[in-house]
Amino acid sequence: MKDISLHILDIAENSVTAGAQTVRIVIEELPGQDLYRLVIEDDGKGMEPDFAAKVTDPWVTTRTTRRFGLGLPLLRQNCELAGGSLDIGSQQGKGTRVTAEFRLSHIDRPPAGDIPATLRLLLAANPDLHLVYEHRTANGTFVFDTRQIKEFIGNLPLNHPEVLRMCSTYINENLLQIGAECQTKNDSKLAENDINH
Amino acid sequence: MIHRIKNKRTMTKITSLADLRRKSEELKRRIDLREKSEHTENLIQVKVAMATCGIASGARETMDYLIEELDKRKIDAVVTQTGCMGYCYAEPTIEVKLPGQEPVVFGYVNTKKAKEIIEKYILNGELVDGIIPQNYQTINEKK
Repeated sequence: MKDISLHILDIAENSVTAGAQTVRIVIEELPGQDLYRLVIEDDGKGMEPDFAAKVTDPWVTTRTTRRFGLGLPLLRQNCELAGGSLDIGSQQGKGTRVTAEFRLSHIDRPPAGDIPATLRLLLAANPDLHLVYEHRTANGTFVFDTRQIKEFIGNLPLNHPEVLRMCSTYINENLLQIGAECQTKNDSKLAENDINH
Repeated sequence: MIHRIKNKRTMTKITSLADLRRKSEELKRRIDLREKSEHTENLIQVKVAMATCGIASGARETMDYLIEELDKRKIDAVVTQTGCMGYCYAEPTIEVKLPGQEPVVFGYVNTKKAKEIIEKYILNGELVDGIIPQNYQTINEKK
């Protein structure tokens, strides 16, 4: 995994697979504490205590197509390489919370990556999911909540390419406003598309 | 010229929820809002494998590209994602199901391959390299 946005895409998929109705993703950039914290919590089916305890072991997985799972182990490794840690809290029938902490200034902390791209693909693949994304920096907080967004876009389907593009632009511009770390690759391409229409 | 584009860009800025509402109203007038989910059997269905293996190999770019490109070419398709199909060695993998046909799985689908799949397989029904045969066995299945 090259960056944090890809980890988000990966871990959020676990929540969807666990039958979550709501997935909440929170990123906090806390320069005062030299901390970069990512929290992904869901109201999915949760894990048995035994399973939760060994879930960052690469040889543990729920899948049946192969015998290992690397999503959480890779995230744990990246946290630990950057002076942080990974914590997983889960309650059966209630949900799961994954907390990944990195030292903000650590040279080995993965870059944030293209967060709008991750969010637009989560929306594309799960239009009915209640997705909440919060990003806090020293300059402010941005919240993207699909329930709220749906009130504003009316009957437009969230997974329509044009709507995805619009949401992506909205997220990107708001992240820029609060000075959030974010690397968008398609920014200029998206703007170009906007102009062409 | 640059100045004109700049102006247009500022006009399309979407920073507040009010901007989002205004842009949505504009989209509603412009885009075709057929209810896609009601007749999926007539649609081209594309599934992108998006487990850890797929994501690490670039499946996000592939899916992004497929959504954009199919929309641009006005091809009636739904792009969704699926878990690991067991072909981790060949990620990113996608499954394409043309209406009334058996699904076909393609491996090593970067954006270049995705373009080829759209142009040859989706538009013309022509097979392209990179198909993962149905009788392929994963390491775990092999006796």
